[in-house]
Amino acid sequence: MDALRERPVLDVSGLPTVAFGRSNTTWLANVFYMMIEGTMFALLIASYFYLRTRTSNWPPANLPPTLSWGVINGIVFLVSLVPARYAQKVAPTGDRAKIRFALMGLAAFAVLNMVLRGFELANLNCRWYESAYGSAVWSIMGLHCGHLITEFVETVVILAVAFTDKMEGTRLVDVAINSDYWYFVVASALVSDFVVYGAARFL
Amino acid sequence: MALSEPIVIPQASDLERLARAWAQPRGFWGWFMNVHHTAIGVRFMVTSFIFLLLGGILAALMRWQLARPEHGVLGPDLYNQIFTIHGSTMIFLFAVPMMFQGFGVYLVPLLCGTRNIAFPRLNAFSYYIYVVGGLLLWVGLLVKTGADAGWFSYVPLSGPEFTPGKRSDFWAQMITFTEVSALGVAISIAATILRHRAPGMTLNRMPVILWEKLTVAIMVIFAMPAVMVVSSMLLMDRTINTQFFNPAVGGDVLLYQHLFWFFGHPEVYIIFLPGTAIISTLVPVFSRRHIYGYIPIVCSVVATGFLGFGVWVHHMFATGLPQISESFFTAASLMIVIPTATQFFCWIATIWHGRLQLRLPMLWVFGFFFVFLIGGLSGVMLASVPVDWQVHDSFFVVAHFHYVLIGGALFPMFAGLYHWIPKITGRMMNEGLGKVHFWLFFIGFNMTFFTMHFLGLRGMPRRVYTYTPEMHWGALNTLATTGVGFMAAGIIVFLVNFFDNKASGRLAGPNPWSGGSLEWATASPPPPYNFAELPTVNGREALWDAEPNQPIVRGLREDIPEVLVTHSLDSDPEYREESPGPSIWPFLTSIAVSIAFIWSIFSPWGIAYGAIPVVITLIAWLWPRGHSPARRELERREEPWTR
Amino acid sequence: MTGAAFFITSDQFHCGVSLLVGGGPGRHRMLDPAGPQAGNIEWLYWVIFWILLVVFVLTIAGFARAAARTRTSATEMLPIVKDPEGDRRAHWAVGSAVAVTVLTLFAILVMSVITGKKVEGLTSQNPITIQVIGHQWWWEVIYPNAQADQTVTTANEIHVPVGKPIVLLTNSADVIHSFWAPSINGKRDLLPGYSSAFWIQIDQPGVYHGQCAEFCGLQHAHMGFSIVAESASAFAQWQERQLKPAPDPADPEPRRGRQVFLTHACLMCHTIRGTGAGSRFGPDLTHLASRSMIAAETLPNTRGALAGWIVDPQRIKPGNQMTPNPLEPDDLEALVSYLGTLN
Repeated sequence: MDALRERPVLDVSGLPTVAFGRSNTTWLANVFYMMIEGTMFALLIASYFYLRTRTSNWPPANLPPTLSWGVINGIVFLVSLVPARYAQKVAPTGDRAKIRFALMGLAAFAVLNMVLRGFELANLNCRWYESAYGSAVWSIMGLHCGHLITEFVETVVILAVAFTDKMEGTRLVDVAINSDYWYFVVASALVSDFVVYGAARFL
Repeated sequence: MALSEPIVIPQASDLERLARAWAQPRGFWGWFMNVHHTAIGVRFMVTSFIFLLLGGILAALMRWQLARPEHGVLGPDLYNQIFTIHGSTMIFLFAVPMMFQGFGVYLVPLLCGTRNIAFPRLNAFSYYIYVVGGLLLWVGLLVKTGADAGWFSYVPLSGPEFTPGKRSDFWAQMITFTEVSALGVAISIAATILRHRAPGMTLNRMPVILWEKLTVAIMVIFAMPAVMVVSSMLLMDRTINTQFFNPAVGGDVLLYQHLFWFFGHPEVYIIFLPGTAIISTLVPVFSRRHIYGYIPIVCSVVATGFLGFGVWVHHMFATGLPQISESFFTAASLMIVIPTATQFFCWIATIWHGRLQLRLPMLWVFGFFFVFLIGGLSGVMLASVPVDWQVHDSFFVVAHFHYVLIGGALFPMFAGLYHWIPKITGRMMNEGLGKVHFWLFFIGFNMTFFTMHFLGLRGMPRRVYTYTPEMHWGALNTLATTGVGFMAAGIIVFLVNFFDNKASGRLAGPNPWSGGSLEWATASPPPPYNFAELPTVNGREALWDAEPNQPIVRGLREDIPEVLVTHSLDSDPEYREESPGPSIWPFLTSIAVSIAFIWSIFSPWGIAYGAIPVVITLIAWLWPRGHSPARRELERREEPWTR
Repeated sequence: MTGAAFFITSDQFHCGVSLLVGGGPGRHRMLDPAGPQAGNIEWLYWVIFWILLVVFVLTIAGFARAAARTRTSATEMLPIVKDPEGDRRAHWAVGSAVAVTVLTLFAILVMSVITGKKVEGLTSQNPITIQVIGHQWWWEVIYPNAQADQTVTTANEIHVPVGKPIVLLTNSADVIHSFWAPSINGKRDLLPGYSSAFWIQIDQPGVYHGQCAEFCGLQHAHMGFSIVAESASAFAQWQERQLKPAPDPADPEPRRGRQVFLTHACLMCHTIRGTGAGSRFGPDLTHLASRSMIAAETLPNTRGALAGWIVDPQRIKPGNQMTPNPLEPDDLEALVSYLGTLN
């Protein structure tokens, strides 16, 4: 190719270097990531129902997980959407104080969710090594715990960035995308709870 | 974006600045820091080719053992390890890493007309994690704990009761490694295709090969989780006593098969669609016309991607399922023939109305037509439930899927290699040697695998390490083994040709085949910034359809690595994005992840303790260094962007 | 059923291609059916085969014709042709080719479903019921009866009457196996945790062979079985003989052999009805001498083979569940003599 030929040009130098929302590449990657993890949840839940068809007693000991902890944690998950949404709203403004405030709220909720999750696990009324039912319940809960911890660590790291002057430009986008991921964690928590607590009672 | 009309004369100093901004690190550690897609793509290709050779050696050993009845070359233990590692290597360590990751990572950014892949560090990480997975499986074989329950590792045979020791754990973790790798690359490739296409390359103008890469990336995203779930279940059954597959306490052995084949059949298309995409790319180039039936072909690719998820049960017809589900999956399996047949007819039409130049890559394309057609037709037989009851798990099936996989992946791979090696190395391959390679391989392949159809019809089951003379399978097996020699000779000719090419091949120039896609718009091999002038696109074959005065893109920064992000559908420029530069942290993270995964084979706490270094390396990887491009932009232009 | 196929035959090193009708030598031929199930499948196989052969020839002819009519010998890459007229003509050809493909596939689907129904529909209200249980690496065969003493238990050799529907109730004791006698019917997986009914029928008397078709571990290759199809009266006689407990041996050597059996590891795993040995871990040996092969079709049931098997089964079938029995030569002789009386 002739590097010196005269050509008309499409000048892109005026374009921004930051994009929020759907045109952002990282936002897209996050969607793909949630598709992967969502498929994992779907397959584990499908396995749960498949195994259900292979036994008559479900749960085998006829003792479903204790409902109260699941409901409490579910409600806390729902409330935690507030700081997540707030973080997403303040991210484009670049206001570090507000971002810190939102992320601290989100991290606090994540800690609360993890503590409540501990009580949930203690009251599942089964063990993973006892039966296929127990294995299915614990694997769904375990996968969700993995996401909860991952999201918590991510939030804390972004919070740490927000205490430096590096919290600007593309890093503001990370704050917004972090909230998207939290929505996914909440949604998958509700679906998992519905299966773990509901299906054991009504199937 | 309005077109402005300044007259551009790129300065040599611009290219120097670009070269500095995109410079790839050198030296020992530099090798581990490089994140450019051309380097990582070539590594995927070379590594998976080495695994192809290793898997081929295992295949030759198996054929040697089976050459005669009651042959004593390999005992049952070694034979079972060898066929397990052969299958696992070819599927997980060769076919997908070569056809999807290798060709995809190398070609997609070039085909899109961009300077690097999206998420280059994730992409580099995916390479290292793949290598560790491959080493894990092979080190297992070398220290006599080679997996031995088949590449599918059905429970309960692979479970804690019937395979004590660590053999199946090595297999299951190898799966996790390779699938993490495939998923990382899938995200990178899909994001590149959707966001980094050259302006003007609307969806309707995307080359078929990009449609295929996008389809396969999305298939990977939905299929690979299934095998990760099932191999994790197997691992947990083996290490922490979960009971997923233990019928005594409510577990179920068919659950494994459903999950495995929910991955396993899409996997076949993940391997085969890249092959057809290479064919759809090469046929127009060597027929000297645009491809006939662009839209039907694209629809076929996408339809195959969808239908591929609806046929998994045809691997389980012999398990005694209800007839209604058998009929449904027969119909689905036959339906998936339609898109493939459509592509075949479009290729014929393209050649029919073109001007065929039967150069070396096109010879391999014709090899593909012949071989894959046979595999596809025997696949129609397998889709028919009653016939499948007979030929399932016999050598007929072995013949069938080697026709499909070698036909659908290896023949297109060689076509693609002969086509793109001039781009990768800058030198032409020797066509004479290439033809010798083709004929040796083609004859040997048919000798080995066509014969196996007859062995299957005569009732020889798969995965037997020996058989008695009364079976009368000896002569056919001897013939099949003879073919291996021809194939091996062909591969040696290829290697000689390849190393000769690197040393003394004729210089290729930017576009030796006068191809129409964007990878031919830059030098061979491409400079580290891929394109000195970023192209815009005016048609499906960017170079053939370019206006005489096709505009180029200007305005990306030359002092830092920057890429242009465009709209997913109409590819209008949207914003400029800094492309992450070289970093050692993807490599170190892959080491930390490997330690956690391998540790978890030996102790369930491995994953917990192992997570700590993973988190540390990930933070180091992602922690922002210096100011973001927006801030630097702000300083450069001295105009407010953020408060 | 007739059909032609290319088979490559002859001795070890003399491969010749010959056109044979309906099969060749060997004993697992799926295209040489002996019953209605395999017969139906064979019919379907050949119908699909001929359809696909036509498709193959036409497609290859399409490529060959396209290549022949447009091939150029130019060494340099030629300019691009613009050919909208060619595209228009191709629409018609490609469209009709796709339509023909769809119709062909639909025909195959219909025939396949009908044949599947036929094969699975060959059932009966009053069948012979046989339980087949897969073990690593042998087949346990039980002819169940409401009365326990009327139940026949044997291994690896299945006797059936000709012309009668037979239902095999399949199950597995350990891993997945697959029951496959190619000239009788397709295969059926034996899954732990599942019991399934699998119907066969054999119309011509004879001995048919089969083999495990699902990889089941070290000795998957040595897990054969045979089906002996005989007349109703011969079958009834066989069944009657099998019901009897093992006779007390009259001669001193077999008597000593029984002593050897009952004082060594043998009785840990095997049953011989009429003696104290009652373990179900290995094959039932009550009528061992009536079977023509041992070790799941691995060796002929001869004195020498049996002796070799007892002393060192791990050499013959490495990894199988039977331990070596280093017996004194005369103990071994006596044991083999005793086993020879179990008819």
